[in-house]
Amino acid sequence: MVGVQRRGQSHRAAVTGSTASTAPAGWARRRRLVARDAVGVGVATGAYGLSFGAIGTAAGLTVAQTCATSVLIFTGASQFAFVGVLAAGGTAPSAAVTATLLGTRNALYGLRLSSLLRLRGIRRLVGAHLVIDESTAMCLAHEDDPLARRLGFWATGLAVFVLWNLATLLGALAGTAFGDPATYGLDAAVPAAFLALLWPRLSSWQTRLVALGAVVVALLLSPLVPAGVPVMAAALVAVAAGIVWREALGGSPAGTARAS
Amino acid sequence: MTAVGIIAAAAGCYLLKLLGLSVPESVLDRPTVRATAVALPVALLAALTAVQTFASGQALVLDARVAGVAAAVVALLLRAPFLVVVLVAALTAAGLRALGVA
Repeated sequence: MVGVQRRGQSHRAAVTGSTASTAPAGWARRRRLVARDAVGVGVATGAYGLSFGAIGTAAGLTVAQTCATSVLIFTGASQFAFVGVLAAGGTAPSAAVTATLLGTRNALYGLRLSSLLRLRGIRRLVGAHLVIDESTAMCLAHEDDPLARRLGFWATGLAVFVLWNLATLLGALAGTAFGDPATYGLDAAVPAAFLALLWPRLSSWQTRLVALGAVVVALLLSPLVPAGVPVMAAALVAVAAGIVWREALGGSPAGTARAS
Repeated sequence: MTAVGIIAAAAGCYLLKLLGLSVPESVLDRPTVRATAVALPVALLAALTAVQTFASGQALVLDARVAGVAAAVVALLLRAPFLVVVLVAALTAAGLRALGVA
């Protein structure tokens, strides 16, 4: 669930184009536009879902466990991290901690969304599960209109939820058909997936240094501590960076510039 | 054990999402918190990439995975989509193993 930045920007461009020329009567058209984009984003995340499903079963999870991960955790990077830590021989608790740490950005998305969506009661409880990169980006892309931003959030969240889980199932079934993952190179696919998720975030020298520092910490600790711990220890690099570069890294309002 | 881990991770991730929707913006919306939240995925994904590329248990090794990830870097530089990047890495590593090179 990445690559939102580019999509978000194109939405923004498309939206300003359409609102400039339409009055309130343009809602029907806007609604179609938002719904179509939501499905498009959902389909695009399918590719990640397929990879996740295949990697999940290759990492030793059953098809049911892999699917449960997509239904219950439902935030891509955290899911990849969860199965990745397990695949590397880490314990379930260290996998869960790493996955949760990666989910912290969703809290910031929630902060940004709460004033835009004003969810109460059951809607907030259900909506919370759908707070992900894509639904946040689509809500913010249609920020100017209360109806459109609500539709953007819900339609995108639901479209991604359905297609992400479908794709996970297909990928998981395909993954079990492969046999020994090493023979087929699936053990190289796992780090490649992490790298692809990381790539768009390396946009400033600060984030590049954070990445470098995390790599050094993780590799230095790997021979010394149990699997799973080096990755968690690398989170301390992020905490240090958050303090030192709080203006450079935290300057933009929550959940906007770094939607991916 | 894996099932417990899935439920724990799901609970943690869900509560973070709900927390964001529930607390007043001023509580969490500080530069240090925002900066750490931006840096966390970078650090964790970088560490995961490194560990998954070089670690085998607690030992650091150079095997076909390194070539696979190097191929993934080339694919990323060429702006290949996610699925292509992952496939290129897997096929490179699998190809080298089939040839008996790594």
